[in-house]
Amino acid sequence: MAEIRLRNLVKVYPGQQNPATDNVSLDVADGEFLVLLGPSGCGKTTLLRMVAGLELPTEGQVVIGNRDVTYLPPRDRRLSMVFQSYAVFPHKRVRDNIGFGLAMRHVPGDQIRAKVAWAADLLRLTDYLDRYPSQLSGGQRQRVAVARAIVVDADVLLMDEPLSNLDALLRLSFRAELKKLVGELGTTTLYVTHDQTEAMTLGDRVAVMRGGHLQQVGPPKELYNDPVNLFVAGFIGSPAMNFVSARIEDGKLRLPFGDVPIEGRLKERLAESNGSHRDVIAGVRPEHFEDARFAPEIERPLKFRVNVDVVEEMGSELYAFFSVKAGQVHARDLEELEEDAGAAALGHGSGETVAVARLSSESDARAGTQTELVLDTDKITVFAPDGRNLMRAES
Amino acid sequence: MAARSPRLRQAAAPYALLLPSALFLLALLGWPVISAIGQAFTGAHGGTENWRQMVAEPQFWTSVRNTSLLVVVLIPLQFSLAVAMALLLRERLRARGFYFYVWTVPLAVSDLAAGLVWLSIFTGNGYLNSALGWFGVHPVDWLSYQNTSTMFLAVLVAELWRATSLVMIILVAGMQMIPRDYDEAAQVFGASFWQRLRHVTLPLMRPSIQVALILRTILAFQAFAAAQALTGTQFPLLIGQTYLWFVGLNDPHVASAVALVVLGVSMVTAIGYLFMLRQPRGAGGGAR
Amino acid sequence: MTADAPPRPPAVAAGPLPPVNRRPLRRRRLVRAARQAAAILVTLFMGVPVYLITLSAFSTRAELNRFPKALWPRGVSAGTMRAFLGSTGVVPSFVNSIEVGLTTLLVSLLIGAPAGYAIARYAFRGHDAYQVFLLVTRSLPVVVLSIPLATMFLRLGIYDSVVAVALVHAALALPTTVLITASVFISVPAELEEAALIFGGTRFAAFRKVVLPLSIPGVAASSIFTFVLSWNEVLAAAILTLNNRTLPAQVLTSLPYSPIEYRFAGGFAMVVPSLLFILIMRRYLTNMWGATIR
Repeated sequence: MAEIRLRNLVKVYPGQQNPATDNVSLDVADGEFLVLLGPSGCGKTTLLRMVAGLELPTEGQVVIGNRDVTYLPPRDRRLSMVFQSYAVFPHKRVRDNIGFGLAMRHVPGDQIRAKVAWAADLLRLTDYLDRYPSQLSGGQRQRVAVARAIVVDADVLLMDEPLSNLDALLRLSFRAELKKLVGELGTTTLYVTHDQTEAMTLGDRVAVMRGGHLQQVGPPKELYNDPVNLFVAGFIGSPAMNFVSARIEDGKLRLPFGDVPIEGRLKERLAESNGSHRDVIAGVRPEHFEDARFAPEIERPLKFRVNVDVVEEMGSELYAFFSVKAGQVHARDLEELEEDAGAAALGHGSGETVAVARLSSESDARAGTQTELVLDTDKITVFAPDGRNLMRAES
Repeated sequence: MAARSPRLRQAAAPYALLLPSALFLLALLGWPVISAIGQAFTGAHGGTENWRQMVAEPQFWTSVRNTSLLVVVLIPLQFSLAVAMALLLRERLRARGFYFYVWTVPLAVSDLAAGLVWLSIFTGNGYLNSALGWFGVHPVDWLSYQNTSTMFLAVLVAELWRATSLVMIILVAGMQMIPRDYDEAAQVFGASFWQRLRHVTLPLMRPSIQVALILRTILAFQAFAAAQALTGTQFPLLIGQTYLWFVGLNDPHVASAVALVVLGVSMVTAIGYLFMLRQPRGAGGGAR
Repeated sequence: MTADAPPRPPAVAAGPLPPVNRRPLRRRRLVRAARQAAAILVTLFMGVPVYLITLSAFSTRAELNRFPKALWPRGVSAGTMRAFLGSTGVVPSFVNSIEVGLTTLLVSLLIGAPAGYAIARYAFRGHDAYQVFLLVTRSLPVVVLSIPLATMFLRLGIYDSVVAVALVHAALALPTTVLITASVFISVPAELEEAALIFGGTRFAAFRKVVLPLSIPGVAASSIFTFVLSWNEVLAAAILTLNNRTLPAQVLTSLPYSPIEYRFAGGFAMVVPSLLFILIMRRYLTNMWGATIR
């Protein structure tokens, strides 16, 4: 058990211009489950590998449990790790795979047997101990990888996208199991993923990375409700947050859906920019729209009619897609997100922007019909054109 | 002809494509083996006489001893060196491309040429003695028939130089097919360099090691020209004996008998390796 | 840090950071230096003999008889090489070696490439058995084959000819040719060929127009390999010829009565092509051997 402290970590791969991680500092508390989240190539795996010792930093320091391990080889760091490809040894039986870390450290045989039995029981592998990995399913192999990681007495548990090679259904069930397991063990855990749902459900805190930089570190809820910028706002949440261009003018926020007086939370958080008129980007999460007929009591609602283009029935709710007469939002943050996601969720058109509303399943919104929506204006987030969240409580 | 269905033509196609090569190999490899067996058991003096002559020839047992000694000493040395070379190439050393080039050059050098190359070094007034001279060491007659052990050493070094590349290239090819994750996992879980080699790298390379061992041992039993170039007939090897019987003594029957001894020993060794290195059921196959 | 109360306080590790421990870096540098030194040592072992044979082949006879010898060029002359090339049988044996090599290449490709194609493209009964058959044939000692073949070729009247040696070399090279060409054809996507078939070609036309152009580099690599195998083969060549020797056979049979400078020049003449061969082939080497172990 130990905390991890990363200080000003810079990694420049030989022959490359841009650093893979640029001056990253991060603390993980003892027993905490921290998720590193970001699109591919953001440096999250590099950061994890520097903690593991599989990569050495160009600059900076890695401290685990008050011990400097910056340049220590992996085997002297007291870690364990779950790999994306499982890396379960094909030539060893399940039993020997799980006990590998103990055997390498010359733990007596009976202790190894006891610990292997314990881990196998925990991960429901007891019946497979004498099999070879080629005789197991992908999910079972992943369990072996996890069992191998938990039997060793490690200060820190590292996981590199451990669920990404599993099929969707298995991923879901194993995610819940993993959360329970790690929670019970209480080991300090650093977990890398590009899947925001995984990050939100698993992490005590989530660190969002982009282009080698940390964007924001905080509990999932904080990232969701109070993102630092467009990038984090757009990356977290599914369906993604809607972004429309807007203006602040005469004490009002002029949205394409209508004007919103700057009152309540907007006024509190937006204080500094009151009065001056300027172009901004407004972000609205799909669930902050509702069919006007089913809207709960909202203090400051904004009602407007839209032409629904497409409806996706999800059973428990439905997603209504509609066009908004507003210029396309251009921001570097969003372009990066689009590159990562393949543009779909964020919507594009000439002079029009596609927005998504998440409505009650009772709504009778249908493609090609008009529907009245209501927007909870207290939930709007306002961003500067450079992507900064203008409503973020300054820390 | 018109009645032949396309399906049948399809089914026959691969066999038609294979047929020439199969016939060719049977004619030029299969038939000679059978014929060699025939020759070894026939001749002017009858079957067993060939074998008696073979064994009675004074050099025969020497050549058996030399050949087996060469194989037994050479193969482990060669594999250790080849594994070390393959591991060095895996580390991203500076000038790695150059190393790879130099280390693979002997791959294309014939054993005769290799023998001649090392002759320039081991011969009485050669480069080795010249170099030793600088340190005040008196010249050693490495290749003299009186110095069996130094002759053996010279042949061993020449064979090591010539054929280690082959083993290395097979091992490198095998190593490239192993995902790096396995080694990294072993590092993270506390394995030292030697532990990783013993528990992870070598077992995962089992298929390529097996191929290299079989191929290399069979070829080592056929070593001949390098020894011939270095020592003439002073250091007899089994294949040299067949050559001698056939070309020198003009007796294809005894020559075939000696050749069959080589064939038999090679086969037994190959089967031995397959048996020793067989995989436990279910092991391997990897993540496929 | 934020307005919303986080469920768990963020990590604030107590105390100052420990100093950066640089000792492992020093160790790492040492290990790297040791590795580099080992690599240089191996390179010397592999490279110096090639240098020395070159030096020998271009030294004067006086220099070759001197002792101690210098390890650097002293008394350079092309005389030794010229004398070697001028001795009886050497130039014709060069020509023979090239002729045998080219014939071997042609025969083994003509016979082996169709088999490689069959292995790459068709699933059929006996597929695996055929591959085992190839492996077995590769393990037969050359002498075992050469002696009966000599008798057979004598009877057929082709003993001591380029064709006879080329036939044996082709048989020796065939297993490798089949396996390498098969791996080349596997790397050409079958879909491309099927597309050509759909657009109304015959199987052969599809092969000629689509597969052949794409597989030329790989087939060329395997051809060079075959040529080198033939260029280097000594024993069968020596047994199957009498007057029409190949270069290695010529050098081998004249060893007992040749002066030492002749041997060095012969060694050098045989080494030079391998230097070129590896230079051209070094990028394909591991792939080719990778193909043959599977």
